[in-house]
Amino acid sequence: MIKSELIAKLASENPHLTQKDVERVISVILDEMIDALVGGGRVELRGFGAFSVRARPARAGRNPRTGATVQVRAKAVPFFKSGKELRERLNASGDD
Amino acid sequence: MTRADLAEAVHQDVGLTRQDCAGLVERTLDLVAEALEAGETVKLSGFGVFQVRAKRARMGRNPKTGAPAAIDPRRVISFRASQVMKAQIDGSPAAHANGEQER
Repeated sequence: MIKSELIAKLASENPHLTQKDVERVISVILDEMIDALVGGGRVELRGFGAFSVRARPARAGRNPRTGATVQVRAKAVPFFKSGKELRERLNASGDD
Repeated sequence: MTRADLAEAVHQDVGLTRQDCAGLVERTLDLVAEALEAGETVKLSGFGVFQVRAKRARMGRNPKTGAPAAIDPRRVISFRASQVMKAQIDGSPAAHANGEQER
């Protein structure tokens, strides 16, 4: 599923809204989540999962082509941990 | 940030009722979850990609007791943030400039 399919589905379920409204809704949701993370914050969506930011320390890396050692600076990277309910839904197929 | 904050942001920006917005946030998450449950990959351009991966059975250990324990095969979600999100979160000027090309 891609973003346009998500928008189309949500729009078809909400006939009182225009396609434009629904596009706006999705884009605000996604942008707000990124903005919250940019400040180092956490987005906690119970049942779905949580987005957070993890620190990666600086390290000595290598240029794979030349083999030369290069210093890689510390980085902040986004991280997603799936929620319990979603994990259970994913593994609920028959055997429990 | 929680669902309620997202619903409030949507309400402020789009101007639909709070109740409508809460429902839309909930339904959005649910549609993504449903697609993942069906084994689909969910690609949200500018945000990232959610993918379902199958893990095979393996022997693990109970970390508390050290006793060996079988871990059943299971499905897990992997999320890869888009270059756009990574660049914004890392906040370095270089990352912004190269964000789209960097792999």
